[in-house]
Amino acid sequence: MKIHEYQAKSILARHGVPVPRGETLTSASEAAAVARRLGTKVVVVKAQIHAGGRGKGGGVKLARSPEDAEKLTKGMLGMTLVTHQTGPEGRVVGRVLIEEGLQMQRELYLSIVLDRAAGKPVMMASAAGGMDIEEVAASTPEKIARVYIEPGVGMVPFEARQLGFAIGLDGAEVNKFVKVATSLYEAYLATDASLLEINPLVVTASGDLLALDAKMNFDDNALYRHPDIKDLRDLSEEDPLEIEASKFSLNYIHLDGNIGCMVNGAGLAMATMDIIKLAGGEPANFLDVGGGANAEQIRNAFKILMSDANVKAVLINIFGGILRCDVLAQGVIAAVKELGVPVPIVIRMEGTNVEEGKRLLKDSHMNFTTADSMDEAAEKVVELAG
Amino acid sequence: MAALIDKSTRLIVQGLTGREGTFHAKQAAAYGTTVVGGVTPGKGGTKHEGWPVFDTVRDAVRETGANASVIFVPPPFAADAVMEAADADLPLVVCITEGIPTLDMMRAMTFLKERPGTRLVGPNCPGIISPGKAKAGIIPGNICKEGRIGIVSKSGTLTYEAIHQLTRLGLGQSTCIGIGGDPLIGTSHVDALQLFADDPETDAVIMIGEIGGSAEEDAAAWISTNFRKPVVGFIAGQTAPPGRRMGHAGAIIAGGKGTAAEKMAALTSAGVHVVKSPADMGRAISELVGS
Repeated sequence: MKIHEYQAKSILARHGVPVPRGETLTSASEAAAVARRLGTKVVVVKAQIHAGGRGKGGGVKLARSPEDAEKLTKGMLGMTLVTHQTGPEGRVVGRVLIEEGLQMQRELYLSIVLDRAAGKPVMMASAAGGMDIEEVAASTPEKIARVYIEPGVGMVPFEARQLGFAIGLDGAEVNKFVKVATSLYEAYLATDASLLEINPLVVTASGDLLALDAKMNFDDNALYRHPDIKDLRDLSEEDPLEIEASKFSLNYIHLDGNIGCMVNGAGLAMATMDIIKLAGGEPANFLDVGGGANAEQIRNAFKILMSDANVKAVLINIFGGILRCDVLAQGVIAAVKELGVPVPIVIRMEGTNVEEGKRLLKDSHMNFTTADSMDEAAEKVVELAG
Repeated sequence: MAALIDKSTRLIVQGLTGREGTFHAKQAAAYGTTVVGGVTPGKGGTKHEGWPVFDTVRDAVRETGANASVIFVPPPFAADAVMEAADADLPLVVCITEGIPTLDMMRAMTFLKERPGTRLVGPNCPGIISPGKAKAGIIPGNICKEGRIGIVSKSGTLTYEAIHQLTRLGLGQSTCIGIGGDPLIGTSHVDALQLFADDPETDAVIMIGEIGGSAEEDAAAWISTNFRKPVVGFIAGQTAPPGRRMGHAGAIIAGGKGTAAEKMAALTSAGVHVVKSPADMGRAISELVGS
């Protein structure tokens, strides 16, 4: 799960990471008053959307007076912000964060993620802050310093000092950096974060370190123990069909193509998308109905697929292990009768009770196209989708 | 002989009294696996479906002589169950549970490092089957056939797909190992390949990977210098968009890394016969082993 910058900063501040003073607004009327309260010569107006790259898209602006702050806020609220992460449709800005202006001296980078190969969290720091870190990693990997944290021990001060000196901080700065880094690790553990990134972490003219931007993603599997974080979910940032699917515990990702897919198992669902593409078609979605899907889930899945106006044909690819093919067939027949699915349906099923499942489909006298293998199913559905 | 499990396996089920645990314990027993009991804290001393239930894994091992465990415990308690099994010195622990928090798993992996005598398979996996011998997990026995092809896979139903293709071609399987789709797993592709290298009953291997992480690249590097048996590879997620978690917690292209294209290239250069279509896994291995 993702959250907004202002939410991430508030979590980080609670864990002892210094952040700039600021307030969020959903209307421009208070903007001038906020700027006056902050009291700095310039204030920064920042659009709050989940995507990165906001600055280049016009979502981060400097205001030189309270009136200016109001004008910029008015312009930003309701605008459609397009960045390299939003896709061409962009995101509508519903909230801005207004922050104090800082005398910045340098911009650093600091983050924590899980290193899968090492099985440990890795903290990364760089003196090349404020840039796209993936670009830094690709072009100048030597500019990124790393420490691997022992899960049983936690972050030890020397590790933070190593990082701080490696990115060129002086002794006084390193002392402050150690506090920021250890606080960041505490926040990572306490919130079950999957990614925690401060880019940039700024060094001010007075030698202070502050998180000028903050990004936090969380482990969905751990949200059950963080109701407070779950509450930070912003549904306006998500695809409406994906929200609907999540209510039914369906794993659904909306894509651009016209062939709706219904599959059991994540790997097989990805492989089904792949084989559709190989056959010359474009998948409209990723959809894993789960290993233990029943008739109810199949009906829900059809509802989601049929809500996507782009879907011109549906491919159902189920490997019956626990989910029996006869149960699947009954579910499909019932759902199609009830919902009146107006597009062609290709069904490929295999596994437990497959003969009985095929007989049920045939005896229904409904217009299903069946296939015996994945490649045959893909070819048929691509043809039917036109 | 086969890899990991065979007729000498004595299996306990952690979470036996739950719905999933009960169902799959019966399935495993019906397949011929020696299931010797279960563990559900607080229900020790009772019987469930004829099997003795114990409060702790240590009790179960002492009383039944179990040498393997399969875990069907709900996600909030599953990492704990893994550690308890390792603490009881079980050589093999298979964790089926999907949805374990990553930080819980990180602690469990740290715990396991101190106990090299325990091999964990999973979590978030379908488990293991050695056709005709035994199974620990949820792979349907009826689609399998005894034979000489090994399968290692991150994905459950894609494993079934591969098994089915082989069986249809008259090729059986030695052992099928579902290693799981989570970011942190106990047995990697390389570990499973090592087991197949050492197994005289395995002639060739189908390796199924998916986007995310670098396990397939690691496997490619290992295969090129260590593995002498023919390998067919398939990577799921060739058309997956970056930055989205494709069902499995580990299946995500992050920062331009972990793409299917990179993995397929690495495997190809290691001499693996990589198929683009998941429908071709069986055919390709059949050509390689010449039957």
